[in-house]
Parts: sequence; structure tokens; C-alpha cells
Amino acid sequence: MAETIGKILFVLLVVMGAFLPMITWVERKQSAVMQDRIGANRANIAGITVLGVLHPLADVLKLFGKEDFVPAGANRVMHLLAPVIALVPAIITLAVVPFAGVYDFGGENPFSFVIADVDWGLLYVFAVGSIAAYGTIIAGWASNNNWALLGTVRASAQMISYEVTMGLSVVGVFMCFQTLSLQEMSLAQDSSFRLLGFLEHFGLFETLPGWLAWIQVPTWGIFLQPMGFVMFLTCIMAENKRPPFDLPEAESELIAGYHLEYSGMRWGLFYTAEFLEVPVIGCIVTALFLGGWSIPFLDTQTLIGGIGSFFGEGFATGVVLVLHVHAFLAKVVIMIWLQMLIRWSLPRFRYDQVMDLCWKIMLPLSLVNIFVTAVVLLWFQEVVG
Amino acid sequence: MSAELSLFYFFAALAVGSALSMVLNLRNTVASAMSLVITMVSLAAVYVLMEAHLVAVLQIMVYGGAIVVLFVFVVMLLNLRQDDFPPGRQRGAKALGVVLVVFAVIKLLALLPAALPDTVAALPEGFGGYRDVGTALFTRFILPFEATSLLLLSALVGAVVLAKRRLD
Repeated sequence: MAETIGKILFVLLVVMGAFLPMITWVERKQSAVMQDRIGANRANIAGITVLGVLHPLADVLKLFGKEDFVPAGANRVMHLLAPVIALVPAIITLAVVPFAGVYDFGGENPFSFVIADVDWGLLYVFAVGSIAAYGTIIAGWASNNNWALLGTVRASAQMISYEVTMGLSVVGVFMCFQTLSLQEMSLAQDSSFRLLGFLEHFGLFETLPGWLAWIQVPTWGIFLQPMGFVMFLTCIMAENKRPPFDLPEAESELIAGYHLEYSGMRWGLFYTAEFLEVPVIGCIVTALFLGGWSIPFLDTQTLIGGIGSFFGEGFATGVVLVLHVHAFLAKVVIMIWLQMLIRWSLPRFRYDQVMDLCWKIMLPLSLVNIFVTAVVLLWFQEVVG
Repeated sequence: MSAELSLFYFFAALAVGSALSMVLNLRNTVASAMSLVITMVSLAAVYVLMEAHLVAVLQIMVYGGAIVVLFVFVVMLLNLRQDDFPPGRQRGAKALGVVLVVFAVIKLLALLPAALPDTVAALPEGFGGYRDVGTALFTRFILPFEATSLLLLSALVGAVVLAKRRLD
């Protein structure tokens, strides 16, 4: 019990306490760098600006000071409830994210750094993600505003479409790792393989030049399922409704879409949900495709053995735990950076382009990906054994 | 009362209550649909208590996430009100519905004592997990599974043909 509470506090502290406030700052600064501007640098306490890091604080203070407005003719209860429904799924998704591996400290059970180590973790992510659509839907509908309703209709169509392809694009990952638990997937990615080792079964491996035969890559999802990685990232970014997929709130067409009639901190909750999803997406993609907490080419046993030979096993396990948490967070930061890069590079799609991309390109490609993965895996089982 | 039992009663009451509020809410169709979502989620919680984890997750993903979102989508697009429905012909249908429901409930209550087992059998290892359900689906129940997919495909093609005829 105490262990679980500790993990929950850690996750909330890191993601809500550190990532969330910083991410609005990162968004401003990164866009500024990409557009050759200076960016946010004015908020200060007694003249100290710290590169503009104080801007998120100023934002929140301003939002709390604004009027909380419910428009006439709106459904009051649902209008008040919608921002909460939008925010909660993003937070509870973190329950199945493994921030570090499984460690044996000599206790009754080995210590696994994930709040809920359930067998069907990835399905839980999808289930929670599908509930997230309701925040948007209720918000637009309860506002009694046609622009908001249009945004909601766009959002619900976009979200249910991309949910389908998102699910199909990771089936290849399930097949490679033979599990749905994010922790077990991370454990499976904690190793490496010879990239061209499969040529051995064709008798070609000996003919390769030495350096080619030597190339090793980690058994990460991105190397086993490169197509899956691209498709999953696209789909999950479309689910997040940030540019270039921000059709539901396209301000040049729909003013602000589904959260048009929201003000003050209640609007801030929608904003928070959208921004919180960025590190959450980073966590999921890292666990699935970037090896989770694993450090490339240094698996857990080697690390514990290496450090343990100097300082003793128990201490080494603790050090490795800390290293793994940092490796995981570093990968999440890289994913956040990548999402920001995409967000500030691409213009908004047209609505028919979004739908075409989903149903005419991604859906057939994901089915092809599943088929090819199945054939290769069968071949491996038959030939390699 | 154990924690599990009290959780069961809580979610069962929530499921029945929100189902009733869905049916009895005549003013607001979207609110009805939201009650349906609560019913689906509480049913999923009951499935979790029965160790049927895969069914629980699929319940939320498919019914809570996809199907009711589609309902809401259609409801919002049509934006129907009470006056949009023609009066008359409803009274007979309502009376028939009430009679049928009462009949079904009486039948169910009569069957219930015989259907409840005296002892609870222990669950086999891996019960309700995706591995066991998947294996059963693709070995023992492969024929019904494929038949269902054929049925869904024909429904899909049929819907497209019907919609396209109206467009042309």
C-alpha cells in the first residue's frame, strides 16, 4: 500500500509537477527558436526572469483571476463537468506506465516501478483514451454555440477514426513482444541483437564485411516495427488534437472550436489536458518503441553486475533503478521535443485530408504491417525455432 | 461485507440507476447517452470484479468509447426534439413495451434461483486474460468468430450501398 502511494506521488510529482509547468514554457521557447524570435522573457519576480520560466506561473495566476462564465442556454451541469472529464483520462493513463524496471531488493516481491502492473496495460491505455473523447464532446454540445458544436462534431469523428488505426498500428508490437503489459514490453526491449543476424539462415552472413556483421541494435520497438512507430505516433498525435491535427479548434474557421465558451481556469483545464497529453504520449511511445527505461547495449544484469562488483549488489540495484528512471525521462523529453518540432513545422491539414490520411492510407498500411509481421514471425518460428 | 462485495453492490446500483435515468430522461437525448456511458463503465467494473479483465476493457473500448460516441455523434447532428416525433402510434408501442418488460422480468426472477450455483468453483489460471480468450476464440470458436466477421462485413457493405443509392 505504502509502496503504491509512493509510486503515485512520484509520478504525479514528476509529470504534473515538473513536466506540465515546463511544457508551456518549452512550447513558447521552442517556437521562438524555430521562428527566430526571443520568446517569453518578461514575467519576473523582483526583476529576476530566469529565461522566462516564470511565465507558466503568471499564466495560472491570470487564469484563476478571470471570470468563470457559463453562457445563457447552456446545459449548466455538463458545461461545468466537461473540463474535468477531459483532464482525468490523461492523468490516469500514467497508472500503467513503467518508469523503471523490476528489481529484486530481497523483499517478498520484486519491486516493479509501475503503479498498476496489470497484464493488459496497453488495452487500458486504449480504453482510457477512448473515454477522453467525451470531454470534448460534452464541452461542445453543452455550450449552446454552433461553432463549438461544429468543433465537437469534427473532434468526435477525428478521434473515433484515429482510434481504429491507432489500435491496429501497434498490433505488430504485441506480436513481436508477445505481451500487452507495458512493463513486460520494456523488459523485452532490454537487450540487443545483430541487425543482419537473420542472414545466417540464408548462409549469407559469412560473406558480409566485418563491420556490417558487427552492427548491433537494441531490440526496441522502433527497430522491430519502424512502420508501426510512425503510424502510432501520427495517430496518437491526431488523438491529442494539437496542430497539425487541430481541426476541432481551428481558430481561423471555428474561432476556438469546442472550448469556445469556456473562460478562466475551466478553459485552463482543457489547455492543461492537451499539454499533459504531450508527456503522456511521450511515456507511452517510449515504453512501446524506445525501449522504455532500458539503457541501450547495457542490460540490467550487466549493469548490476558491473556496479555490484565494486559496491555490492544491493547498492548497485538502487543505482541502476535511478539510472533507469533517468533513461526513461530522457527518452520522454526527446519525444516531447519531437512532438513540439512537428507541431511547429507542419501547417494544419484540411479536414478531408485528415480523414483520407486515416482511412485511405494508415488503415491499409497498418493491415499490411500486421500481415508482414505475422509472416516474418511465422518464418522465424518455423526456421529459427 | 467484504470490500469486493460492497464494490459490486455500488457498481451494480450505479449501472441500474444510470440505465433507468437513460430510459426515463425524455428531455435530453445527449444526457441519456451519457447515462448509457456510465452504465457501460459500471458494467465494466462488475466484469473486473468477476476477473473477466479482457471483457471489461473491451466493454469500455468498444461500447463506452466507440459505439456511444457514434450515438452521440448522430444525436448531435440530427438534434432531435420531442416535437420532431409524430404523435400517436406511440401509446400502443409503449404499452406493449411495458407488458413485455414485466413478462421478461417475471420469467427471469423465476429462473434465477435454479441458475445460481450453491458453491463457487475456483477459477482456472489465466481465466479472463487475453491469452485464454484469444486461444479459445481462434480454436474452439473459430467458426462462430468467422461467421460474425462475415455478418459484420455484409452489414458494412449494405450500409454503404444504401447510403450511396440515396446520394446518387
